Amino acid sequence: MFVLAEMKDVIRVNPEYFRQSLTDSITTLLNRKLANKVVLEVGLCIVLFDITNVGHSYIFPGDGSSHTEVKFRYIVFRPIIEEILIGKIRSCSREGVHVTLGFFDDILIPVNALQHPSRFDETDQAWVWEYPKEDGEKHDLFMDSGESIRFRVTSEFFEESLPTGPPGTDCTVQTVAPYRLIGGINEPGLGLLTWWETPDQEGEEDEIDDE
Amino acid sequence: METIKANSAFLCNYEVMQILQKLKDNTHKKHKREASLATVTYETVHYLQDTECKNQSAQKIQKFLEAMKKYKLTKVEKLMMVNTPPRTELEIQLIVQESEERLSEEDVQDIISIVSQHLLANDNSNT
Repeated sequence: MFVLAEMKDVIRVNPEYFRQSLTDSITTLLNRKLANKVVLEVGLCIVLFDITNVGHSYIFPGDGSSHTEVKFRYIVFRPIIEEILIGKIRSCSREGVHVTLGFFDDILIPVNALQHPSRFDETDQAWVWEYPKEDGEKHDLFMDSGESIRFRVTSEFFEESLPTGPPGTDCTVQTVAPYRLIGGINEPGLGLLTWWETPDQEGEEDEIDDE
Repeated sequence: METIKANSAFLCNYEVMQILQKLKDNTHKKHKREASLATVTYETVHYLQDTECKNQSAQKIQKFLEAMKKYKLTKVEKLMMVNTPPRTELEIQLIVQESEERLSEEDVQDIISIVSQHLLANDNSNT
């Protein structure tokens, strides 16, 4: 779910930071610029991994700052399509189940990718998997908020977000998530972890030893 | 800013956890921390703490990958196994595509035992 992304940028260091090493300045500035932000078609940036190349520093007329071209690698959250992840249910709505990983919230499991048949329970505001029992009756499996859920990443969407207007103006603030994941749980083994747990964990290990 | 390569290498959860923890220890000494960096490292560590990577070590993962060499799985499939170690046949079926054709039943059982040997906490009294 985490990858390294190679990037290149020109770093501008203010003269007041000249007393600390250039590497320290670059690290601080890159983390300030990228940490917890989504880069289009790259993913959610977590933290700087390493600096692979530092070019010459230049000072331009009229500006005391130094400008340095750096190549670096950044740790990025970008799950592979088809990857299996474990998250927690944030909430349920008519659209489907919203899942969070703690550091990343924009994951939706749409209605058509839930276990079949599922229904939405209005009173509990939760999706329910109507698991068919052998005797023709059905067993309701609720998907409550906070439960751990295993899902498969099926697609991803990057959205270019526009800068917001200056404070105090009536510019419509954009609330589109810049990076969204769509998941699915319509396969055996996917869904709440408790659905598939073997009732006797210790017995399971013995079985393996026997075989 | 330019992206040279959006995906130059994969990292497993354990590696990310190590890097973030080192960062946390180092920044305690230095006084100032960036707000967004602090948020994302805190939340990511928080998430990773609940995964199996807290019981793993670089040696364990290396040994696991050695042991898995004979099964001809893809890099991504092995990465998923390290991140979410499969305990049951069902979980292997989810991770490995067309596992019925590529792995025999014995293979699946062997993989489960290799996983529990190298990737899961051996000490059952804690769990």
